[in-house]
Amino acid sequence: MSVQAVECAELRHRFGSVQALDGVSFEVREGEIFGLLGPNGAGKTTTMKVLVTLLRPQAGSARVFGLDVRRQTMAVRRWIGYLPQQLSADGALSGYENVWLFTRLYDVPRRERQSRIAEVLSLMDLQEAAGRLVKTYSGGMVRRLELAQALVNRPRLLILDEPSIGLDPVARSDLWDRVRRLRSETGMTVLLTTHYMDEAEQLCERVALMHRGRIAAIGAPEELKAGLGPETTMDQVFRHYTGSQIDQVGSIRDVRSARRTAARLG
Amino acid sequence: MSAVRAELPRDWVETHVVSGLRTLPSRVGTFCRLELYRVRHDQTELVTRAIQPALWLLVFGETFSHFHVIPTGKIPYLDYMAPGIMAQSALFIAIFYGIQIIWERDFGILTRLLATPTAGAALVTGKAFAAGVRAAVQSFIIFVLSAILGVHLNWNPVHLLAAVLVVVVSAAFFSCLSVTIAGLVLTRERLMGIGQAITMPLFFASNALYPVREMPSWLQVLSRINPLSYEVDALRGLLLGTPSDFALDAMVLIAAMLAGIAAASALLRRLAS
Ligand SMILES: Nc1ncnc2c1ncn2[C@@H]1O[C@H](COP(=O)(O)OP(=O)(O)O)[C@@H](O)[C@H]1O
Ligand SMILES: [Mg+2]
Repeated sequence: MSVQAVECAELRHRFGSVQALDGVSFEVREGEIFGLLGPNGAGKTTTMKVLVTLLRPQAGSARVFGLDVRRQTMAVRRWIGYLPQQLSADGALSGYENVWLFTRLYDVPRRERQSRIAEVLSLMDLQEAAGRLVKTYSGGMVRRLELAQALVNRPRLLILDEPSIGLDPVARSDLWDRVRRLRSETGMTVLLTTHYMDEAEQLCERVALMHRGRIAAIGAPEELKAGLGPETTMDQVFRHYTGSQIDQVGSIRDVRSARRTAARLG
Repeated sequence: MSAVRAELPRDWVETHVVSGLRTLPSRVGTFCRLELYRVRHDQTELVTRAIQPALWLLVFGETFSHFHVIPTGKIPYLDYMAPGIMAQSALFIAIFYGIQIIWERDFGILTRLLATPTAGAALVTGKAFAAGVRAAVQSFIIFVLSAILGVHLNWNPVHLLAAVLVVVVSAAFFSCLSVTIAGLVLTRERLMGIGQAITMPLFFASNALYPVREMPSWLQVLSRINPLSYEVDALRGLLLGTPSDFALDAMVLIAAMLAGIAAASALLRRLAS
């Protein structure tokens, strides 16, 4: 049996009085696009932080391609390309320099560095803009640049935390097209979160609905819809399992950080 | 894009210590080079940050040289003061650098860097030396300015190289001090306040502006435990040829830097979570 891309078992984590993860268990199969859905505060980002080894869970276990996120931290990081929720490219550097930094941080051998940088920049159609400072980029370009950074390492697992937040519809669908193409060309596994149910439905083979630190339901979008009767929409599935409205704009914290990012990128 | 790599052995463990030590030189080199890119993109910042030290030299230095109120032995006061102003400028830059790391935290840049195979200590060391690079570039501008103002500088290349290293190591220490405080207070506002509250006392409770023996005794004690005094002493010895204890200065500065790196690394997780 081949090893799963992600295996979480009974993950628990508490921040002060907030039980952010309350027994999270799920698996992501190698090569699939998997969506983690849920209202703000459900624990999606916290789960991802455990998987990228930024957060050591207080209880439970998690494996990435069989590697233990607690013990094999550095090895796990080398398998993953990660886009955090906030825009994280450095506005004071050029696009090229941002990507160059990541080839160094992932120890891409010197003789491969230039070709790898050229490869990921052209994959994201950023060759023209590569020499410009990132603070002159649009939101969609910054996201593409971050994807380029995440790919220098040739990751087997791409973890995208709300990558489409703050993007206009054109930039959003462009981003998802790229993710889909990457997956089909490389066989990469993708774990993502999004607020948009239509995106999740079109893109993901399977989704998990998270609510208050637990997985409320898991399965293919069609299965989940069929489970609630004919003609059910994904929005209804979301409401059914999480008991909440879809929050399109995000929490105050998200909005504030998006604004700050906008201000920084000028 | 080509296919994914071959699978790693399932029991592959790359510990933070091993990985940190192995990648340390490469990470330090990377962040230093990145800092030079930043300098190149924003050269106006070099100029604006040179204004304040230039005023110190021009107004304070020239005036006090004229009045001979501060006993600096055979050398003119302006000469005496120039290395102090270089150290001051490096100090301000380094403290500001720590504040910048809080910005990077708030913007998610730090989170992303910590998710790469870079041990926390390697990241801190890399950033510390990057602050050193920035400080060295700025000090060089003051060096040139001092030369223009007629300060009698020693142009021996070995001395100049040693002076650059002194500035880099000192700035690495002060940036780690700032990151350590950042790790304790956690918000940018509080760090700004504390940053401002410590830089001026660090500067005045040192030998940067006047000889230690002219100070009240309590200030002499502070000056003795202030790494900035050792930086200034080393720079004076190297650039002016005044008597100094370079071995002691170097030892104190390197020890301070290592302690600073250890403290800042220990608090980094707190900053990033
Ligand atoms: N560093 C932290 N300190 C305190 N509470 C946190 C921290 N990170 C997340 N939380 C809390 O944990 C819960 C889950 O957060 P998160 O995983 O970010 O949710 P999601 O990504 O699904 O919106 C929320 O209630 C959030 O406020
Ligand atoms: Mg989130």
